[in-house]
Parts: sequence; C-alpha cells; structure tokens
Amino acid sequence: MMHQSSLLLDFVQAGTFSLAKLEVGHHFYWQLGNLKVHGQVFMTTWLVMALLIVASLAATRNIQRIPQGMQNLMEYALEFVRDLAKNQIGEKEYRPWVPFVGTLFLFIFVANWSGALVPWKLIRIPEGELAAPTNDINTTVALALLVSLAYFYAGFRKRGLGYFGKYIEPTPVLLPIAILEDFTKPLSLSFRLFGNILADELVVAVLVLLVPLFVPLPVMILGLFTSAIQALVFATLASAYIHEALEGHGGDEHHAP
Amino acid sequence: MDPQIASASVLAAALAIGLAAIGPGIGQGNASGQAVEGIARQPEAEGKIRGTLLLTLAFMESLTIYGLVIALVLLFANPFAG
Repeated sequence: MMHQSSLLLDFVQAGTFSLAKLEVGHHFYWQLGNLKVHGQVFMTTWLVMALLIVASLAATRNIQRIPQGMQNLMEYALEFVRDLAKNQIGEKEYRPWVPFVGTLFLFIFVANWSGALVPWKLIRIPEGELAAPTNDINTTVALALLVSLAYFYAGFRKRGLGYFGKYIEPTPVLLPIAILEDFTKPLSLSFRLFGNILADELVVAVLVLLVPLFVPLPVMILGLFTSAIQALVFATLASAYIHEALEGHGGDEHHAP
Repeated sequence: MDPQIASASVLAAALAIGLAAIGPGIGQGNASGQAVEGIARQPEAEGKIRGTLLLTLAFMESLTIYGLVIALVLLFANPFAG
C-alpha cells in the first residue's frame, strides 16, 4: 500500500507538472529470453491458479453421493456456470462450452477477489506491487482475445465458410461495421474488466490515504460486489458472443454492449 | 514535460471522466426507476428483475469506466509526454 499511497499522494497533490510521468503500474520486470514480462502478474496468477486447482482436487478427491463441504461448494459453482452457459448459448449447444465459460468465470472471479482479500501489500517485492492479476491490461487483453478466438472457432466449426456470410448478411453496405465489431468486442471486454478492477483498487487506495481506518470498508465491500459482477459480465458476454456466432446474425443481440 | 501538454492532459482527463459520467448516470437512473416500477407492479418477479438490473447497470457502468481508462492513460501513461 505504501507504494501506491505515495504515488497517489503525488496524484492528489496535482498541479506539479511531474504528474503525467507517473505510471499506475511500476512493474517488476522479468527477462524471459528476449521477452520482458511483468513478474508481479505472474506471481499472483500462479496463486490464483493454485487456489483453483487445489479447490478442484479437494472437491473431486473423495466424491460422495451426498456432497459435503468442498464438494458441495464446487457443485454449486458448476451448476451456476452451467446455468449461465445454458441461458446464453441455449439448451442444444451449451454443453461443449461449459468448460471454457466456466474457466473464464472462475479465473476472473478468484483473480478479482484475490486482489481485494489477499493482503498482497504486506509482501514486498523489489519493484512495483502485487495486486489482482486482472488489474494489468495484458491479462484482460489475453482473456478477451481468447474469447475472440473461441467465437470464431465456434462459428467456423458450426457453419464452415458460411460463417463469414454474416459480414454481408443483411446488406453488404454494413460490411465495415461488421468487421469493426470484431475489433470492438475484445476491446470493450478487456477495457471493461481492466478499468473496473483498477478503479476499485484506486478508489480504495485514495480512501485509505485520506482516512486509514474503517471509512474504506464500505467501499471495499462494494469493490467485492463489483468484482463478482464483472466476472459474471465477462462470462455472460463471452457466451453471448459464442451464441451469436453459432446462430448467425440477425438473431437476438440484446446482450451486445 | 511541456507544461502546456501537462495542463491540457489534466483538463482532458477531468473532462473525459466527467462527460463519460453523464450518459450512464441518466441511463442508470432510467433503468433503476423502471425496475422499481416493475417490482412495485409485480413483487414476485423481484429476484429476476434485480438480476437483470445489476447486469445492465454493469454494462452502463463500463461506459464511464472507458472514460476513466482514457483519463488514467492521460495522467499516468501519456503518449504525448515526450
């Protein structure tokens, strides 16, 4: 917290012109081959993955007919995700997409909550700070591009080359807009998630800076709520896009942003 | 950095978030009003209405968040800082 607080102190004491030189993310860089990666995102992502894997293993290690404890929780999660996919994609075709949509939902959900619930700031790293993996734009862009690939794959596998007929379906005049849509979908998906999570953490940090005790608590709880909703929104939109690709254009578009 | 660019960036950031808050504010007010009306008319549908409302509110919220992302880019990662 200290790091971000000092950063935000500068932010609050605006009027100095060094303002725009500050970055929200000071990153802890790792050199992998000739790639420069954000180490702090990797560490938190690994923790999220470990949490999910341990939870799944604990739930499936000793499966009972009457679920108890961990198995109960994970069955609830599975049913939730399955219903989400079924509502969006439809009864007939939802089944193969449950793992994909479910992984997206669970990863984003646990990642968002880990940023709020795990006391990352107690762990010091040489540079930058640990936070939710989804407050790095690279994570959210990667997730959004996965969604793009998924719905292209879905449409192409279902309808072959006929899938690309959707670009000139009502009239070829709309071709540029149809192409533009393929770019705006991942853009809006990634920016929505990234902006929401970053905004949460910034608001909490500013409040902690102003009043360190108790006052930030309601905002933190609101942050937990928003994070959960954003995970739900991401998964819902992903399945809505997949549904659109499977059904062809002109169907229901009520979930497009 | 050039003080002119700095001041323009700060102003632009403030305008970006401020203007981006107008539309979604109106939209969210409309949606919530309609939802309350719906619940008053049909209290047994409250759960469904609330779920849909929260989802749509999140969509409207994201429009402001786009403005916020632009504001943050201008403040912290300004491409014109040179």
